Amino acid sequence: MINVKIDGIDVQVEEGTTILDAAKKVQVNIPTLCKHPDVTATAACGLCVVKMVGSPKTFRACSTPITKFEDGKEYITRDAELVDIRRTVLELILADHPNECFTCGRNNNCELQKLAAEFGIRDIPFEPKDVDHTDDDDSTCTIKLEPNKCIKCGRCVEVCQNVQDVHALCFMGRGYDTAISPAGENLSLADSPCVRCGQCSAHCPTGAIFEHDDTRAVWDILNDDKYYTTVQIAPAVRIALGEAFGLEPGVNLTKKIYAALRRLGFNAVFDTNYTADVTIMEEGSEFISRFTKGTAPLPLITTCCPAWVDYMEKYACDVMENFSTAKSPQQMMGALIKSYYAENKKIDPAIIKSISIMPCTAKKYEIQRDENMKSVSDIQDVDIVLTTREFSRMIKQAGIDLLTLADEEADSILGQYTGAGTIFGNSGGVMEAALRTAYELITEKELNNVEFQAVRGIEGVKEAVIDIDGISVKVAVASGLGNVHFLLEKIRAWKEAGSNPETIPWHFIEVMACPGGCIAGGGQPYGVQDTKRIKRIEGLYTDDKQSEFRSSHKNPMVQKLYSEYLGAPLSEKSHHLLHTTYTCRVTYKK
Amino acid sequence: MSEFNVNEIAEKWKDVPGSLIMALHELQEEVGYIPRNEAMKLATAMNISLARIYEVITFYSFFKLEAPGKHKIQVCMGTACYLKGAQSLVDEFKNQLKVDEGCTTSDGNFQLEIVRCVGCCSIAPVVVVGEKVYSKVTPDEVSAIISEYE
Amino acid sequence: MGIIQKDELEKIQGNMAEKENTWIKVGMATCGIAAGADKVYNYLKSEVEKRGLNIEVRTAGCIGNCYAEPLVEVKAGGKQIMYNLVDEEFAGKILDQHIVQGEAVSGSTYVESADLNPGQMRIALRHCGIVDPESIDSYIYNDGYIALRKAITESTPQGVIDEMKASGLRGRGGAGFPTFLKWTFGAKSKGDEKYIICNADEGDPGAYMDRSILEGDPHAVIEGMMLGGYAIGANKGFFYVRAEYPLAIRRLQKAIDECKGYGIIGNKIFGSDFSFDIEIRLGAGAFVCGEETALIASIEGKRGTPSPRPPFPTDSGVFGKPSVINNVETLSNVSAILLKGGEWYGSIGTEKSKGTKVFAVTGKIKNAGLVEIPMGTSLKTVVYDICGGIANGKKYLAVQTGGPSGGVITEDYLDTEISYESLGELGSIMGSGGMIVMDEDDCIVDIAKFYLGFCVDESCGKCSPCRIGGQRMLGILEKITDGHGEIEDIQKLKKICEAMKKASLCGLGQTAPNPVLSTLRYFEREYIDHIEKKSCRAGVCQKLLQYKILLDKCKKCGKCQKNCPVDAIEGDRKSEFVIDQDKCIKCGLCVTSCPFDAVIKE
Ligand SMILES: Cc1cc2nc3c(=O)[nH]c(=O)nc-3n(C[C@H](O)[C@H](O)[C@H](O)COP(=O)(O)O)c2cc1C
Ligand code: SF4
Ligand code: SF4
Ligand code: SF4
Ligand code: SF4
Ligand code: SF4
Ligand code: SF4
Ligand code: SF4
Ligand code: SF4
Ligand code: FES
Ligand code: FES
Ligand code: FES
Repeated sequence: MINVKIDGIDVQVEEGTTILDAAKKVQVNIPTLCKHPDVTATAACGLCVVKMVGSPKTFRACSTPITKFEDGKEYITRDAELVDIRRTVLELILADHPNECFTCGRNNNCELQKLAAEFGIRDIPFEPKDVDHTDDDDSTCTIKLEPNKCIKCGRCVEVCQNVQDVHALCFMGRGYDTAISPAGENLSLADSPCVRCGQCSAHCPTGAIFEHDDTRAVWDILNDDKYYTTVQIAPAVRIALGEAFGLEPGVNLTKKIYAALRRLGFNAVFDTNYTADVTIMEEGSEFISRFTKGTAPLPLITTCCPAWVDYMEKYACDVMENFSTAKSPQQMMGALIKSYYAENKKIDPAIIKSISIMPCTAKKYEIQRDENMKSVSDIQDVDIVLTTREFSRMIKQAGIDLLTLADEEADSILGQYTGAGTIFGNSGGVMEAALRTAYELITEKELNNVEFQAVRGIEGVKEAVIDIDGISVKVAVASGLGNVHFLLEKIRAWKEAGSNPETIPWHFIEVMACPGGCIAGGGQPYGVQDTKRIKRIEGLYTDDKQSEFRSSHKNPMVQKLYSEYLGAPLSEKSHHLLHTTYTCRVTYKK
Repeated sequence: MSEFNVNEIAEKWKDVPGSLIMALHELQEEVGYIPRNEAMKLATAMNISLARIYEVITFYSFFKLEAPGKHKIQVCMGTACYLKGAQSLVDEFKNQLKVDEGCTTSDGNFQLEIVRCVGCCSIAPVVVVGEKVYSKVTPDEVSAIISEYE
Repeated sequence: MGIIQKDELEKIQGNMAEKENTWIKVGMATCGIAAGADKVYNYLKSEVEKRGLNIEVRTAGCIGNCYAEPLVEVKAGGKQIMYNLVDEEFAGKILDQHIVQGEAVSGSTYVESADLNPGQMRIALRHCGIVDPESIDSYIYNDGYIALRKAITESTPQGVIDEMKASGLRGRGGAGFPTFLKWTFGAKSKGDEKYIICNADEGDPGAYMDRSILEGDPHAVIEGMMLGGYAIGANKGFFYVRAEYPLAIRRLQKAIDECKGYGIIGNKIFGSDFSFDIEIRLGAGAFVCGEETALIASIEGKRGTPSPRPPFPTDSGVFGKPSVINNVETLSNVSAILLKGGEWYGSIGTEKSKGTKVFAVTGKIKNAGLVEIPMGTSLKTVVYDICGGIANGKKYLAVQTGGPSGGVITEDYLDTEISYESLGELGSIMGSGGMIVMDEDDCIVDIAKFYLGFCVDESCGKCSPCRIGGQRMLGILEKITDGHGEIEDIQKLKKICEAMKKASLCGLGQTAPNPVLSTLRYFEREYIDHIEKKSCRAGVCQKLLQYKILLDKCKKCGKCQKNCPVDAIEGDRKSEFVIDQDKCIKCGLCVTSCPFDAVIKE
């Protein structure tokens, strides 16, 4: 332990702690802009400068570790000079920034705007920037780049390259001309390897990257009587939406969300958790048949996450045979609404508009991925995806006082869910849900403890060996695409060595593109970091614990679906509606 | 150029850690610039992301994304040369070649480039064409230099 | 000769000795070649062969008197003479008179070699112009690799560090960090693999010390690097060389290959336990890569953007391994120090700044070139005694040391004795050794703008104070030199300077304001004149010039009016010809077109 003083206050820290974190321990918040707890500090903005008594230099608090040489040293985090320097730096940043908060995707949520407010910037003494919007990039229809607003903090690049290992975004050029961009001159993001995970937008401090906004289109649909409007909410939305309304992370608002959706005017309110249960039936059965009958190669890899699917098609096409053919819960819901539900309610699927509320930007892309996403005639199964952030804005636009609404229930026949469905929202959830069902289907015995702790938590890779009545099932769970490499390399090595079933590294693998899973998806309320991830995850496990049923195959409405409509998992009808195919894709279209 | 193969370069450097810049130097030496398709091949062959390659080639002023002119005229605008009137040389070249700094003449014969010190400050101002260094150049000598390469 | 043994250095020396009685050397550094030295060299070679003369024609690196290139030095007939400004015709005379007849060629500018470089003391440059940079034997003849052999076979790493400590050598790359201390950190730092890196990215525009050393004496730098490697426990060295120095790269590569041939680079060198390998990595046109952390990123094949320190490179450098980075000149001093002893080196110079320093003196100086002087020599001695004063009889304005990170030194401070400390006190820095001399024709605001423009071009763009601050500051300076300056602009400049100095991530941004601050400190008046009077003393700032027609000289011929591209000249035969200043774009055509010199600029 090392002893230092921060503004005269003693603090003891472990070697390697940054000045920033040491200061936090004694209630000193040093202003930061570029630093994000999720990524390595790039030390770009220069706002966090502090001094050390006896040194003529300044130090960047965010990225300067306190080492044993600093034992006994004292830091000054604020004095007139430091405040002056920070103000000038901020004024410079603002001088180089379009002054368009009103029309900005981050208005009221922007870290730069907040600092400007706190510093009481009243005028900018330097030449303002010429604003030119020609290089805005909305090509992916999932996230939009407005490089004009970029402050070059490097978070998105760190996230896209190091956390997600996609390398779609990079810094191009040098000096004043430095800009974030995909790798190529005048190349749009849609032509790059971007998998639309939206993690860049979730980490960007400003309005330089934000979700493609579809709220207008949803309003138009809601205002048009000729449509029958349905909506589904994903597992992770319920425990994060509250943050946009001032609640702590993890507070479960499921029933208020249903109520709000009805007030917005949706004709039918469904829950993606229901199709999460269906996914387990399909994917779980697929696993059982591969595992017990060897119908297709193991390991089986989950496919609920469209960003991961996209990544695999671009970077890991060689493991395609290991991909589950099951669609994601969102797409299953879409397909069932326009088939099962429409038939049930005798509604022409052509007039149904199916909206979904997702924690995810990639889901906006998934709905139009390929022909498989149109299982009923040739209309899209899901018409529009809104992210949690867009949804929160719609609620505010509509003047709905969300927090005081009376609880309501989802609509039948696609509304009831189990605890297994709800934990799809966090990393390890799909695996746990699948194990719960697989165990009982394989052994035909009741599972006493449904909680598989080994696959829980925010670690990037979790491995476990699960005992199913004497048979060992080796599983791995990864979240954050950067962690996939490790899994893929092992599988490839195993395949190269002859795919010996005895030495298979894992039988079943779950992958979620976003670190921590969908609870920290690219479309969730801002400010995600591990402390928030943990709370959101707790929210979902609490929901699970309180559920009447905790295994997907016990969901009565799922049972009904199979008995009335699909027959059995992996039936022909299931295949048509609930399964998909994959293709290898190029990383760069140009 | 037909027998040039980017994979040979990749083969040579692939196992040398951190050698991307060396490989790019060789690629540019061969082709004169870094064409996108070669960059893509290099990325695959060296197992480096294309993003890394673009980050690098757009950072270092040495690397070019477009085909260069046949003759590269570099006018030094380092301090010594600047003080000795390099600006008037730049102006004169621009005027005579009818191109801007960094651009190539319409016939593709000349490319005008500003460089910062070629280390020959004692004989400033300096103009470099290819590997030939012209010393103590005056604006009057500009047309003679150009005509050497026409 | 193959791998040489411990005692074979002396054998090579013996073989070389007889060849050292008569020779012709041609200064063949890049600039020498530019001045025509290659032609002279080729001519001499073929003539010597044709005439069957028994004399070797050799190449040498930078001799220092760069202003007098091409330079040819001759040792023959008991005379050793340096001939200046030699062309082919004159080279013929050298052969006729000096070689054949043993007489110095009269009627030419030449210096007895013994009288070369008065006032200088050549340590880093000790072999420049003397050894043949393309011959390892020539280097060995001049006691090359003796220090290395001694260190690795008879001394210890700590022994080497102790000598360096006694010498007091401080890094010559700019910051002046004690070399022994850096090596101590490197030696102490734990790692299975360590690197020593030679920073040959010399990017200060207007300085070429390192190029000259690499082109003139590459082996000295290699030997210094290996000694450093031995001291810190590294078995691998990188040379990071700017790609703009092709000749230096070629010679360095040749020198490395020769070393490998002799086993001086390789395994168990001279039978010791020390093994070493060297790799050259090229820069690609980014000044910021001279900064240590950026250099490391560049060697790793990435964008050359600096990162925060700590961790310092001596703890975590290239590929995360402990790395010591030293400048070319620093390393070229090392073997000399180890041969003659740290104490000897430490006895030269001032109290805190030991030894000698190489400067590239250029700009408006009579004898531009490389000079190496003991620390403590006055600026005046360098400018006036060694380099002959200001060129063309003009008046001294200032000297800039430290290039774009440094500042100006005015006439009042010419007596300053050069040291890290004294230059710092004046608001400049020692820097890497660029010394740019300015005269009365130079505009100080324009110079500040020039340097800042350089830093803006070369900023990596990573951190906002430097990326935006530099760019906005340049904007303000442009405004001032364009005649639109306001008096508050000076305050704004100072404000940005402060923020850049304190909040920039790396040395580039932290020091980029220095030229502005320093010129504001000594020449604020000039700034104010540009702003308030819209006048540029030196007549450099084009937009502040006014063209005027002198009515008493004007013959009303109308030529200027016809030539003015923007019809800014009004008047006709009956009235007077006047220039409308609002329309005038200062092209100067009227001046050249007036047959009567009636148009002036002021
Ligand atoms: C922007 C910048 C550029 C630099 N350029 C060089 C350079 O070209 N050559 C050099 O030797 N040092 C340069 N330095 C200094 C080096 O970072 C480093 O201090 C030096 O190489 C250390 O070697 P030394 O201790 O032998 O001086 C530069 C520093 C900065 C901040
Ligand atoms: S990014 Fe932030 S500061 Fe910039 S316009 Fe948007 S809200 Fe305003
Ligand atoms: S914050 Fe100021 S500028 Fe913005 S809306 Fe309110 S009054 Fe207008
Ligand atoms: S959405 Fe994901 S893959 Fe696409 S640029 Fe952003 S971080 Fe990279
Ligand atoms: S786009 Fe956003 S996250 Fe990326 S560098 Fe710019 S400001 Fe930072
Ligand atoms: S992990 Fe969830 S939120 Fe993230 S991309 Fe995948 S599906 Fe979307
Ligand atoms: S100070 Fe300038 S050169 Fe250095 S890191 Fe910052 S932007 Fe880059
Ligand atoms: S300087 Fe040029 S623009 Fe001005 S008056 Fe003379 S000719 Fe006309
Ligand atoms: S060219 Fe000279 S003399 Fe003729 S009108 Fe102009 S100023 Fe007068
Ligand atoms: S927060 Fe530390 S430099 Fe930006
Ligand atoms: S300044 Fe032009 S060669 Fe150095
Ligand atoms: S003699 Fe040419 S560089 Fe000095």
